[in-house]
Amino acid sequence: MRGYLSDCDIRVPGSLTEALAMLSGEPGVWTPFAGGTDLMVVYNAGRLKATRFLDLSGLAELRGIQEEGACLAFGSLATFSDIRDHRAVHQHFPNLVKSARATGALAIQNRGTLGGNIVNASPAADTPPSLLAYGAELELVSSRGRRRVAYDHFHLGYKQMDLAADELVARILVPKPEGRSFHYFRKVGTRQAQAIAKVCLAAHVRIVDGNLAELRIGLGSVAPAPVRARNAEAALLGKSLTDLPVLAARAALLADMSPIDDIRASAHYRSVVTQNVLGHMLRELANV
Amino acid sequence: MADRINLVMKLNGEERSVNVHPFARLLDVLREDLRLTGTKEGCGEGECGACTIFLNGQVVNSCLVPAVQAQGAEVITVEGLARGGELSPIQAAFVAHNGAQCGFCTPGMLVAATDLLNRCPNPTEDEIRDGLAGNLCRCTGYSKILDAVQTAAADGASR
Amino acid sequence: MIGASSHRKEGRAKVMGTAIYTDDKFVPDALHGVTVRSQVPRGILKGIHFGGGIPWAEFTIVTAADIPGKNLVASVMHDQPFLVGIGEEITHMEQPVVLLAHSNRHLAERARLAVALEVEELPAILDIQASLDLEQVIYGTHNLLKEIRIQKGDPSKVWDRAAHVIEGEYFTGAQEQMYLETNAMVAVVEEKDAQTWVTVWGSLQCPYYVHGALKQLFGLPEDRVRVVAMEMGGAFGGKEDYPSVNGGHAALLAWKSGKPVKLIYDREEDLACTTKRHPSRSRLKTAFDAEGHLLALETDFVIDGGAYATMSPVVLSRGAIHAAGLYRCPHVKVHARAVATNTPPPGAFRGFGAPQSLFAMERHMDICARKLGLDPVELRRKNFLRLGDTMATGQVIREDLDLGGLMDRALAEIGYHDKRAAFAITNQGEGPIKRGVGFSVFMHGCGFTGSGESYLASVAGVEGLADGTVSILAASTEMGQGKNTVFSQIVAEALKLPYELVDVAEVDTDRVPNSGPTVASRSTMMVGRILEDAAIGFKQSLVQQGFLQEPYTPESFQVAVAKAVATLGSVKCYGQYHRPPNIVWNDSTYQGDAYPTFSWACYAAEVAVDLDTYEVKVEDFVTVQEVGRVVNPRLAAGQVEGGVAQGIGWGLWEEVTTKQGRMINNQMTNYIIPTSADLPRIQVVFLENAHPAGPGGAKGIGELPMDGPAPALLNALEGALGPLRLDEVPMTPERLLQRCEEVSHG
Repeated sequence: MRGYLSDCDIRVPGSLTEALAMLSGEPGVWTPFAGGTDLMVVYNAGRLKATRFLDLSGLAELRGIQEEGACLAFGSLATFSDIRDHRAVHQHFPNLVKSARATGALAIQNRGTLGGNIVNASPAADTPPSLLAYGAELELVSSRGRRRVAYDHFHLGYKQMDLAADELVARILVPKPEGRSFHYFRKVGTRQAQAIAKVCLAAHVRIVDGNLAELRIGLGSVAPAPVRARNAEAALLGKSLTDLPVLAARAALLADMSPIDDIRASAHYRSVVTQNVLGHMLRELANV
Repeated sequence: MADRINLVMKLNGEERSVNVHPFARLLDVLREDLRLTGTKEGCGEGECGACTIFLNGQVVNSCLVPAVQAQGAEVITVEGLARGGELSPIQAAFVAHNGAQCGFCTPGMLVAATDLLNRCPNPTEDEIRDGLAGNLCRCTGYSKILDAVQTAAADGASR
Repeated sequence: MIGASSHRKEGRAKVMGTAIYTDDKFVPDALHGVTVRSQVPRGILKGIHFGGGIPWAEFTIVTAADIPGKNLVASVMHDQPFLVGIGEEITHMEQPVVLLAHSNRHLAERARLAVALEVEELPAILDIQASLDLEQVIYGTHNLLKEIRIQKGDPSKVWDRAAHVIEGEYFTGAQEQMYLETNAMVAVVEEKDAQTWVTVWGSLQCPYYVHGALKQLFGLPEDRVRVVAMEMGGAFGGKEDYPSVNGGHAALLAWKSGKPVKLIYDREEDLACTTKRHPSRSRLKTAFDAEGHLLALETDFVIDGGAYATMSPVVLSRGAIHAAGLYRCPHVKVHARAVATNTPPPGAFRGFGAPQSLFAMERHMDICARKLGLDPVELRRKNFLRLGDTMATGQVIREDLDLGGLMDRALAEIGYHDKRAAFAITNQGEGPIKRGVGFSVFMHGCGFTGSGESYLASVAGVEGLADGTVSILAASTEMGQGKNTVFSQIVAEALKLPYELVDVAEVDTDRVPNSGPTVASRSTMMVGRILEDAAIGFKQSLVQQGFLQEPYTPESFQVAVAKAVATLGSVKCYGQYHRPPNIVWNDSTYQGDAYPTFSWACYAAEVAVDLDTYEVKVEDFVTVQEVGRVVNPRLAAGQVEGGVAQGIGWGLWEEVTTKQGRMINNQMTNYIIPTSADLPRIQVVFLENAHPAGPGGAKGIGELPMDGPAPALLNALEGALGPLRLDEVPMTPERLLQRCEEVSHG
């Protein structure tokens, strides 16, 4: 254990208002802390710069998963276990269930939160591709008020987000798909379980009259942050299920990625396999 | 510098209180302050599962939990699985089937297996593999652990 | 007793969480030790600077200048310093330079980072080729830690007249043992009666290795040093030689501070600095006649030994002896070298050199079969060793070996022929999943190589206790393999007692004799045999001294022991290793009986490859082995299943990624060992054939299962994908993609 305990502090605010007041009172001083499944790993390794933490885990305002009109609203403290066990999530967002199941193992899923997964901003996280595929929106809160930001505009670069120092992610709103849908999620990890993604692709397609009327594809581990595969989407949008432009979509996907070599996989592997996974998705799509 | 807190937990069925740093790892509180050394540290990054305990009925990696988050919680460690010296069914099955070799992953594995059987009393082999995937074992290749869990499940079903 | 699946002796404590591992030991007022390591691969240490912000006066600080005895770790060769001194050469990135201890372990860790080393850097060599090319000379005159030549006949006379000559080159990577319990030591040094007394409790395989290292480090006589083996959370060879280093470090801090010291590595440190399996390169050249009979074999086997010799000479020796596999071949030449590099020294890991050379040989046999147009089954069948054949060292096979039968059994269990035929059709389909089956046939020498057992001259004993039960005295350690249980079964069988009346004594060098290191699959066969003798001697002495009459019941035996202990104070009987008269070995020529016997096996694997992701799934795995009489079938199966899991990991996923010779994926997240979701059920079949050397006919078993999986998997991959350059393990998805692209790009 390489963290230096004496330097650390963690406070437990009694309410969201109190938490937001602390964040705005000393901007940048307090690091929000929920399930600890990312921060504690870095702390244990002695590589965590932050030393003062705000324990949000008791804030009821940030919990729960509720239907809200055309959306399902996830409190940012919803854990992966909450997500994988929730009926409405199974019904509307099978990719999110798969993402939650693919994140660490059960002990991590019981603690890790959706909001934490988003703001940790790892390009290799497993839920962001699904959130991108479903067109999620984030509700951010601060002492100044609330605002919404489309999730596909939230990540600005490696670990950079459209999130001010005094803001928290309060809720994640995901519109429920309507009509005929195709859902696809595939993570290629370093092993079959308890793995970090080398490649991750999630997609949601709305099918109207045998055509791809609407689609979003989210990618993980192939760019500095989770990204939409906008070029591949453009190549596929409006096309017929019976005549999918597989080669064009694969080629377009290259422009959506900027993978790197790291200790888990090579850039080349990430690039080839992401294309292959897209190919696999399109084979499944052609067979729906 | 943080003020120390008086951490109160229901630990293995008993009220315990201990004065600790609020950001101390629950793993260290258990092992060092409360001298319950059954819970092990294998990696310190939530990967190996040797430090798995029950926190309010859910399995967690105690190396990733700051003490303050266990305030008022119910905690069960491997030491709390047996009742009055009598092994729990899953512990007994681990002895009978050689589910523990070196024994270092065993405390966490037993907690995870207990949780699995609580949630899913008659698991398939794939469900067992999935339920225990957060607990790494380097000795067994997992076969004898699967045997033990299947036996405990069958014994539970027959009672 | 022998042949029963008795429950593990320490099983109850392990499931209760009450078994005490090293870091569980409660040590009041202990200081926490940390190690400052070099962060350059090679250079001269010019100075040590203690930075600001740390209350250094509160710290115990040990450098090389403090060492009271010899600053060399006692091992096969005494060439590794405990700490590098000023003016001395740093030879790898993780070399210990300064030891620190403080009562606050968080502060100790912070202080570690505040020590700066001033180093004049020198150019380093980091891999086998750079070492062989003598880019820098870092060891002796040719960077050779050890060189071995084994010759039988003369292959050079065969090449020209052979119908086929086939060459191949094969590589294996480093592998981490990844025992779940990191290296850990507790030390106390007391000054009493004007003498220094050193005691170390630790996670260690070989108490007398650590004992020897501490004697040399402190310059103390035997009786002032005590080593106690705590419950051990796995080892697999990884706690064979390294504990002599960290045991010494803990003791130095305890000696300097006058306080107990805990030195517990965290996972990152353990992975970066402790030993691994040696990386290897094998070049094979084989000659066959027109029918496929092996005429000649030449192998050039090189392992990367790292910065010091440590265990490399003996790892190389086992690798060299296994290099020719289990085939009859009239002309064999083995040239084996362990070369020095500026990397942390590799060491022992289950298999000990044999997995590396057997991977090359068993992969090569499949490639030869393809080139000869023969079925790999039939090529092997033509060439298996049989009764009366000689191996490369001239060792004569004295067993009635039926390797063909062994192989056929494994192939039948996995349905080899049917699956091959079925996959040949299904693999023609469009889908991305391709399947294959493959196998390997191999052996593992039991016990120490060559005259090792004679040099060890191990001693083990049996003691009667006041309650009439029997206690086993041996320095062999329990690391999960089942030593406590198997030894108890062997002694119970010899004394015709129930298992419950026999147990093992704590492994404490003050109490137990030197039964040798707990390595080399030798405990059951070698130490077990000594214990069998000791037990019989124990019983005979009870009879001779009138305490016991034969025949006896367990109850009367217990009464007799209690009475003998009450009368005599202590009743013990020891046994010692005796070299069987027909075993002859010459260390200088590498000729003779390399091992008293071998265990034999055929492993078969079925794999499914996903050509979208290049992931390989092991769908079935069958092991058939002949290991003599199986003392405890359930524990033995556990050894095989666990060994195969490690072998599969080595074959497919476990890659040590390095930068400047240092492991950089030194976290469990990034060094990929299999989870329960990654492995199939491993099928285990024992073909029993009692061997006279071991107790009740037992042979060695612990390492054998590490040898077979990697070649079986890669042979199965070739079955699935056709001829690719499948010459290396681990065959990770990245590497497999690259091999497939080589073919598609022509």
